[in-house]
Amino acid sequence: MDTELLLIILVDGLVYASYLFMVSVGLTVICGVQKILNVTHGSLYAFGAYLCATILIVYAETGWPGAGAFVIMALTAIFLGIVFGIIIERGLLRFLYAEDEHIIVLATFAAFLILEDVLLLIWGTNPYIAAEPLALLGQTDIADLPFDNYNLSMILLSALVAAVLWYGLRRTTFGKMLLAVIFDRELAQSMGINVTRVFLLTFIVGSFLGALGGAYQAPAISVQPGIGVEVIVLAFAVVVIGGMGSIPGALIGSLVVGVARAAAVHLEPVLELFVIYMIMAIVLIVRPQGLFAPAKPRKI
Amino acid sequence: MTKYMDRTGWALTIGLVVLIVVNFFIPEWFRAILLLSLARGSVALGLLVLWRCGLISFGHALFYGFGAYTVALIVKYLGITDAFFTVACGVVVAGGFAWALGFLLRRYRGIFFALLNLAFSMILYGVLAKLESLGSTDGISLERTTYLWYAPEGPANKTALFFFAAIMTWAVAMAVHHYLRSTLGYMTTAVRENEIRLEFLGYSAERAIHVKYTISGLVGGFGGAIAAMTIGHVDPDSMAYWPISGDFVFIAILSGTGNVGAPFIGALLYELIRTYAFEQFPGIWQLIMGGTLLLIIMFLPNGLWSLVDLWKKRRAERGRPAAAAEREKA
Repeated sequence: MDTELLLIILVDGLVYASYLFMVSVGLTVICGVQKILNVTHGSLYAFGAYLCATILIVYAETGWPGAGAFVIMALTAIFLGIVFGIIIERGLLRFLYAEDEHIIVLATFAAFLILEDVLLLIWGTNPYIAAEPLALLGQTDIADLPFDNYNLSMILLSALVAAVLWYGLRRTTFGKMLLAVIFDRELAQSMGINVTRVFLLTFIVGSFLGALGGAYQAPAISVQPGIGVEVIVLAFAVVVIGGMGSIPGALIGSLVVGVARAAAVHLEPVLELFVIYMIMAIVLIVRPQGLFAPAKPRKI
Repeated sequence: MTKYMDRTGWALTIGLVVLIVVNFFIPEWFRAILLLSLARGSVALGLLVLWRCGLISFGHALFYGFGAYTVALIVKYLGITDAFFTVACGVVVAGGFAWALGFLLRRYRGIFFALLNLAFSMILYGVLAKLESLGSTDGISLERTTYLWYAPEGPANKTALFFFAAIMTWAVAMAVHHYLRSTLGYMTTAVRENEIRLEFLGYSAERAIHVKYTISGLVGGFGGAIAAMTIGHVDPDSMAYWPISGDFVFIAILSGTGNVGAPFIGALLYELIRTYAFEQFPGIWQLIMGGTLLLIIMFLPNGLWSLVDLWKKRRAERGRPAAAAEREKA
């Protein structure tokens, strides 16, 4: 294998990995704190992409500076994170925390199905394309192949998100409260931590990250029905590979899957469709809890 | 009542008789729905076996796909269309894979078990969709099914398939019911309640789960084989893709784990809701399905069968004061 191909695989893999990290980090945050696999994360991604694309199309017509698009992405994600976070957590999940984990997954799956149709009712089946920010940033040639700077900027964004989350968890009071809740929900409550509020805030943050993934991805893709489904299955795999609830795990999981997929695309396209599940199966066989899962005491 | 023919056994047999009788009075589309319900109900029955010990699989389309594709490949490459042979092969292949995977999966619990199943089913999906010799994304069409020396033509073929499927499903349900009432079957609940205590009693929880997983795969393969013959065509999207697994879990939730007959009632109801929602409200049928699922999780967490339990309890309560009054008279 020549070095040029290797470089292309690496860059492609990094871009794909950053996309995977953006969509799976919110899922893993929610998973770590609330111990649920949240299927509606896919809807958040889809809503983020749709809403952002719609606003960007309108914004492009006003002729205002192109950089404003990035502000729009952030605002869209914050808005959706708060609205959906409150609706889903307060309206549905809080009734189900006592249930079996499968039941919660299925309940969020049901909510996901409902939201899929709501999406169709609002935006219809036509694809939305808002590629102005993509054009704004231009292209770079790597090994004689043009890469969109916009896609490369996603690597920076995921690094930023990872750094902010790390700082927030390890260095702020809220982060420390969160860690206490993750470690032992009941004990944390007895120490005076308002677990209900921590749950709601975590869910809003997780939903915000999902929507941000969608909003930032919107200019790079054709926003159409089915993007939520695609994302949720990928994000599940990444989270399981990395270890549920582990942010470094999501990072490493995304990198492994991203590079492996890029390698498959360039070397053996037949494998592309299931390379991610193969990695998932292998990781689970070798390390049943995922690569970075926090240690759990065995309760008898 | 003998050991085999308890109340559930009789109910299943009556169900079989009803199916055979109604066959002559129902329109074609309804027979297709009934056939699919038998197939999908069988897979949900496989899920029920696992669920009794607290495990759920998000990838049971794996065995559905194995069963369906085994039938299709035998028809395509060997040219054998005999239903007894192809279904037996489908069941054996699916069961064999379940047995092999069981060595691995029996170590997993909870959400990991569910998701590992999903991963394996998606690998199967990828293989089926990519390999030309397995039909790729277009799938494989089946020739008309024959039954030993009987090769029905025209409408008789549909009736023959329906009878075949109904009788076979009855046999499968009876077998699973019998298994669940054996010592090994009763261990399911023990596994769910407390594995460590079960092991202290001298049983191996992993072995119990392995047996269950294999049975679940056998039954799933049977469902897939029936579905392949019903639809007359197999392709990766309708046999092995993950939403199909989701359908099975949906049916399992809808029916509850109370009785081996429940998954078939659940499957029929599911097919009816879906067909109706799809016909009447094509724009929002997912919304209706999601709403139904949510309502069941919220208000009938043990599925439709809990309504039967509730009815039994009510009846028992109503019986009690009467019995007390009688005793007083005596």
